[in-house]
Amino acid sequence: MAPPEAVPEAPEAAGYTASAVLEARSVSKRFPGVVALDDVTFSLRAGETHALVGENGAGKSTLIKVLTGVYRPDGGELRMTGEPVRFARPFEAQQAGISTIYQEVNLVPLMSVARNIFLGREPRNRFGLIDFARMHRETGELLDGFGVRVDPRRPLHTLGVGTQQMVALARAVSVNAQVVIMDEPTSSLEPREVETLFRVIGNLRDKGIAVLYVSHRMDELYRICDRVTVLRDGRHIHTGELAGLDRMQLVSMMLGRDLSEVRRSGVTSFTAEGHEAARTPVLTATGLSSRLQLHDISVSLYAGEVLGLGGLLGSGRSETAKALSGALRLDAGELTVDGTTLKRLTPAAAIRAGISLLPEDRKAEGIVPGLSVRENIVLAAMPRLSRAGVVSRAKQDRIVDIFMKRLRIKASSPEQKVGELSGGNQQKVLLARWLCLEPKVLLLDEPTRGIDVGAKAEVQSLIDDLAREGLAVLLISSDIEELIEGADRIVVLRGGAVAGELSGDDVAEDQLLEVLADHAPEPADTAPAAQEDPR
Amino acid sequence: MNETKPATAAPAPVPTKAPAARPAAGAEQTGRQRAAELLQRQGVLAVLLTVVIAASFIYPTFASLDNARGVTIQASFLAVVALGMTMVIITGGIDLSVGSVFALGGVLAAWASQYGFLAALLLPLVVCGGIGLLNGLLIARGNMAPFIVTLATLLGARGLLLALTDEGATTYLVPEDSAFGELGQGSVWGFGHPIIIALVLFGAGGLVLQRTSFGQTLFAVGGSSDAATLMGLPVARTKILVYTLSGLLAGLAGALNAARLSSGVTIVGVGMELDAISAVVIGGTLLVGGAGSISGTLWGVLLLAVIQNLINQIGSLNSSYQSVVSGGFLIVVVVAQRYLARSRRST
Repeated sequence: MAPPEAVPEAPEAAGYTASAVLEARSVSKRFPGVVALDDVTFSLRAGETHALVGENGAGKSTLIKVLTGVYRPDGGELRMTGEPVRFARPFEAQQAGISTIYQEVNLVPLMSVARNIFLGREPRNRFGLIDFARMHRETGELLDGFGVRVDPRRPLHTLGVGTQQMVALARAVSVNAQVVIMDEPTSSLEPREVETLFRVIGNLRDKGIAVLYVSHRMDELYRICDRVTVLRDGRHIHTGELAGLDRMQLVSMMLGRDLSEVRRSGVTSFTAEGHEAARTPVLTATGLSSRLQLHDISVSLYAGEVLGLGGLLGSGRSETAKALSGALRLDAGELTVDGTTLKRLTPAAAIRAGISLLPEDRKAEGIVPGLSVRENIVLAAMPRLSRAGVVSRAKQDRIVDIFMKRLRIKASSPEQKVGELSGGNQQKVLLARWLCLEPKVLLLDEPTRGIDVGAKAEVQSLIDDLAREGLAVLLISSDIEELIEGADRIVVLRGGAVAGELSGDDVAEDQLLEVLADHAPEPADTAPAAQEDPR
Repeated sequence: MNETKPATAAPAPVPTKAPAARPAAGAEQTGRQRAAELLQRQGVLAVLLTVVIAASFIYPTFASLDNARGVTIQASFLAVVALGMTMVIITGGIDLSVGSVFALGGVLAAWASQYGFLAALLLPLVVCGGIGLLNGLLIARGNMAPFIVTLATLLGARGLLLALTDEGATTYLVPEDSAFGELGQGSVWGFGHPIIIALVLFGAGGLVLQRTSFGQTLFAVGGSSDAATLMGLPVARTKILVYTLSGLLAGLAGALNAARLSSGVTIVGVGMELDAISAVVIGGTLLVGGAGSISGTLWGVLLLAVIQNLINQIGSLNSSYQSVVSGGFLIVVVVAQRYLARSRRST
């Protein structure tokens, strides 16, 4: 294991012992109708952080599942430190020293933090019974190392998503792993927690543990990864040092598109010029307040503009979007749509008034995985498509056809179950559901989170188009580039209140960071924690 | 881009100064959450005690030792069945076959008792454990819905029972003064052996559930089956084991009942699975799985038995109303669970 500084100079030479700790040789995996992995060869060296990138459907998830014993490959073989291995179950992969952190926290919500960390390998006392005192103590010590202070006895579901992810990380690292696979580990982390994660990764590297890092966030890859492997359409495209690789080159390999084409269209797919906003707001919210969550928030949305809602995790962005869509109980505040104040603020009333929300958690709050693409799309439009309770199938098919084409939803047919689609396509189905209601205001909460580069670009240009067509769009995104390039105006929130607003030329990264930084970490939030820490 | 990497040369333990913990995350549970949790766990006990104390004042006959013996022996068979049911429900499953298996166990034990104590005990355990194993295999390996599988074995076991007894025409008797009969009829300080056995089993069950990996895996499987699989836990094996256990316990309860009644009665156990499920749910175990306790089930079983006993005491009240009252309690408990779950979530 070379120190990372040595990487740029002598990548292939003595620095690495060239020992591939985990190898996939000509691995193939077929599903009915799809070749998910086609003759993929890939190796992971001890002590390296290896980025695995590709669009959705490129085969990343399948490769990970093959490496972790969830799937068995149809062809090819896996080797650990040179020895052929076969994993029949995830348990066997873990026994062999491969641990995995999944994108969505895969722990048991009702069980305590300590039980989650030690599930399957609980410390025993001399009677062979679980030693809870030791388990809680060790959990405390372990989490301390991650800068997380939680009562080990607390049920996991009472923690924030970021903290849950840290617990998952602690579990993965605490088994004596040789390989740690991280699938989009930062998608639910705050910047601070991301820093902690990176330090943990640095530590793993020092211990000679190989990390396979999957992320859509380019910045992260370039910050912490040594090498990169690109997959596309189930095939291996490229493996090499990340240091010498231009960001545009990487993106073009992932997309399989021409470099110049990518360069022309920028990193995100938003057009550079802003939109023509109307003069009178279509939606005005005044004094939205909800105990502990929102404090006197007022925003206006104009037809034909994209309003960005910035802020750190927990600043009240999602809550504001929910309040605007009638899904959050308010203590005070008013919503006015086209001059009419809504009397009762319920989701149904908001939808009738033309406000649609694309929620942050599409699994829990939007998609019905067991229903078909068609059924999911027309779900909200049912009342409009039916007469006396009878739904016109012809009308449904027409609408579904229009939106599947327009949003380029990749499904084998409108009758395919949504649960079988990729994340990006699920997101498009959700978008279609709201668009067929012909809303005036579209609230998008993290519309591109966890979806692949290609779908991301499509969603971004769609947002652009929608604003151009006269929709008022509210865009929430943790991706600063997306927010800046996508929004005409940005309202920045902090601690559930408006901290500032950027418009015109001020909509730029440094300006946004300034507003975030100016008001950044709430004093009560972080400073005392830092002081309490004796180290 | 490499220069932006965090310095990794220093062997410092992971982040030390990082103030990564939000106070909200680090804080202990709020008092309200803890109270709600306690209520969810021990609420039935409070209800049970209230009912028992109130009844003792109103009906002097209720508070007698004799009555306590009667109530507990009545409850002991259901308790043993409900013990297995608790574990099954914690995994997010259901076992509808236990009533039939209970009756089958009784008939098998009564028939085998002519060959001695061991035969009378082992035959029902082997057969009923086998039915449980079949349930488990079909559910875990065959990926079938527990409701359907155990509904099928409910019918199957009842059919087997009818075949064995010539459609109920033949009744097998347990020889008088046999060791097996003593198992059901004997007592310690007036408390029948089945009560002692049930208590011992509950003690063991509590240890298994709370203090062994198997117990933890039950909770994990019920809490999130996918997560349990990805964590490398033996999900299928655990499910097979828990249904086998449920079958074993139902068979044992049936055998004990036969020993107590001195005969294998074919009509027992009809609808017993629903009583067991009621007791488990009243005891605070979530029907969706992932949370629950053995002690709660014990209180749930006792509460059902006390209600039945009280209705008998009142005398003037038709005993059919027992189900109405039990049903009422069930609804109250489910509503309370929903409410408590909500107040536990909100901080």
